[in-house]
Amino acid sequence: MDFLNAIIVLLNFVIVPGIAYGSQLALGALGVTLIYGILRFSNFAHGDTMAFGAMVTILVTWGLQGMGVSFGPLPTALLALPFGILGCALLVLFTDRTVYRFYRKQKAEPVILVIVSMGVMFIMNGIVRLIIGPDDQRFADGERFIMRARDFKEMTGLAEGLALRTSQVITVVTAIIAVALLFWFLNKTRTGKSMRAYSDNEDLALLSGINPERVVVYTWLIVAALATTAGVLYGLDKSFKPFTYFQLLLPIFASAIVGGLGSPIGAIVGGFVIAFAEITITYPLKKVLGYLMPESLEPDGLVQLLTTDYKFAVSFAILIVILLFKPTGLMKGKAL
Amino acid sequence: MNETVKNVGLFGLVACLIVGTGFVQGANAALVIVNFGLISAIMALGVNLQWGFAGLFNIGVMGFVALGGLAAVLIGMPPTTEAIAAGGGRMLIAMVVGVATIIGAVMVYCRMAPGRTRTVALIALLIIGFLCYRALFDPARDAIEAVNPAGTGYLGGLGIDGIWMVIAWPVGGMLAAGAAWVIGKTALGLRSDYLAIATLGIAEIIIAVLKNEDWLSRGVKNVVGVPRPTSYEVDLQADPAFVERAAGFGLDPVLGSTIYVKLQYSVLFTIVLAIVLILAQLALASPWGRMMRAIRDNEVAAEAMGKDVTARHLQIFILGSAICGMAGAMMTTLDSQLTPAAYQPLRFTFLIWVMVIVGGSGNNFGAVLGGFLIWFLWIQVEPASAYLLAAITAPLADGSALKDHLLDGAAHMRLITMGLVLLLVLRFAPRGLIPER
Repeated sequence: MDFLNAIIVLLNFVIVPGIAYGSQLALGALGVTLIYGILRFSNFAHGDTMAFGAMVTILVTWGLQGMGVSFGPLPTALLALPFGILGCALLVLFTDRTVYRFYRKQKAEPVILVIVSMGVMFIMNGIVRLIIGPDDQRFADGERFIMRARDFKEMTGLAEGLALRTSQVITVVTAIIAVALLFWFLNKTRTGKSMRAYSDNEDLALLSGINPERVVVYTWLIVAALATTAGVLYGLDKSFKPFTYFQLLLPIFASAIVGGLGSPIGAIVGGFVIAFAEITITYPLKKVLGYLMPESLEPDGLVQLLTTDYKFAVSFAILIVILLFKPTGLMKGKAL
Repeated sequence: MNETVKNVGLFGLVACLIVGTGFVQGANAALVIVNFGLISAIMALGVNLQWGFAGLFNIGVMGFVALGGLAAVLIGMPPTTEAIAAGGGRMLIAMVVGVATIIGAVMVYCRMAPGRTRTVALIALLIIGFLCYRALFDPARDAIEAVNPAGTGYLGGLGIDGIWMVIAWPVGGMLAAGAAWVIGKTALGLRSDYLAIATLGIAEIIIAVLKNEDWLSRGVKNVVGVPRPTSYEVDLQADPAFVERAAGFGLDPVLGSTIYVKLQYSVLFTIVLAIVLILAQLALASPWGRMMRAIRDNEVAAEAMGKDVTARHLQIFILGSAICGMAGAMMTTLDSQLTPAAYQPLRFTFLIWVMVIVGGSGNNFGAVLGGFLIWFLWIQVEPASAYLLAAITAPLADGSALKDHLLDGAAHMRLITMGLVLLLVLRFAPRGLIPER
């Protein structure tokens, strides 16, 4: 019984939140990795792109809520998500036209594009704060729980409860759908194949008559969809605050690099590695060990390796270890 | 128009802007801009050293600035004798154990032959070391933080006061240099984007340490009243000789004393900026500077000529970070408080980058100009856009939600402006206002 209880505690506080957070990071890292693979630069504005898409979704959600539209037990934000993706796509295409295209034509060095993306980051950050303000916004509605801790306890008779929040399940389901769609697109469609070809060898792709501007436009559209979805899911699961999204840049980049920049599968693996590492190391394991160990050996302290505020340190440490010992990442990056 | 005239003109323009501020918003406001402009210029010189000279993409400036701020606290604040007696010694031992564990792990990794034995030894050493460290560290921390948590609750500093407080500046530089050495040893030699992410991460970690390690920096409870190297306004106002002199200039004692203190800071900061600028100029013109630029422009060729690229990168990374740390210590003495929550990457990392790019990377005078100009914009865009937004929204009814929202938004206009300035400069003058020669 104690063993089961320990597993339930671990599931409830580490594994379920880890899967949800990992899915969010994976979606974010997929966007970073696609831009790196096709446009060949690290996009520092990605966190703020996520924030912008999420913001549009939130505004539409509020509009829908105002009109009395709801999605039953599911959050209204899911209905608003396509509008958010559309808004975000318009913004990134506009940015590409006005900003990035110039440097692409010039064949500027990647590091110049990174600095340019810093400028874009400033502007997007400012726009989001200007429109929705710098404060926390909650926009989740509908049923909060699929399974409450108390119901679980009554159902199983265990001492520990397992809660399953709607947002967590939605996150995982949406992420699976998004990733499946992405891989289908990249592997089965003509456009997707041309994107992979372009990422693999630009000159050869040009010679085969692939239109680079079309590839770039599709890339931005996909990135906008992924970024908005990631942003909305993160906002539903936690809450929406522009600054938090900016800070997500670090774990997202860590995920993409750990998995291997440019490799979509790597981005997903990296997302889960980072998410589980962050949550396991910052979670107090006292309760779990309390169930597993004999009473005499039970730990006194919280057995928390690091406090939650050091979660950046965890992403960072994993990043450094991977970079030092396996610089191409777990999945060998570089090409899609 | 030759180049010198243009450059002097640009500096003159910035000077006019600041003097203009003095006439419109008062001398105090102008001097605040000057003082922060001086600090910004020094930070920009540090980043210029790394990016402009050597092409190192460091976006962890904030971390080094914050470490400099910590140095000001450790030098200036009075020691909390009770806390030191309660846990100081144990804390020192814990730190030694922690450092010894890491050094030991590095030794094991370097000395032992690769294989399973090494992996096991490494992991065992790290786990045992970590447990020992926590066993020593936790009680020491609790003991220190239990001493008068509302008033002190930390170890305090050396209690240096008066003009000697300027020691904190080079110490801040050294602290940052130490951190830069550790980071550089591990992360330099990575590709530029990887180095960028690594430095971004280390900066966040440094801020997390300052926010959470209450025994060291009081955490989010902040340290206030860090001693200053200058006079204090209250002392000046109580000094009849000063009041008389102020009256001679037609100033009342309060205004006179605030301006006098700020001028003292300005003089001290100008001396530091002058020293850093002269040294940076000498370095740029020296064989060492030429080598750095050669490495920046073509690493492979420089390496083929027998230059130790990694060592040179480490060197300049440490130097640039030290300058940023020094500027951070100066800023904390100017504010006379350390507020870890105030360190935001947009303000302390990316803004400095805007300064360097706009001023002209690779040119020290460009960095200084960028520091002053961008700082001026950063401060003045907010009131200017508030004014502008008020004009735009004038036709809207008072108290309408949209009008209030737009007026509140003035604070965020500065972010948009900085982004626009950066993008425009990169597009139309990619080498900056004062290009590298």
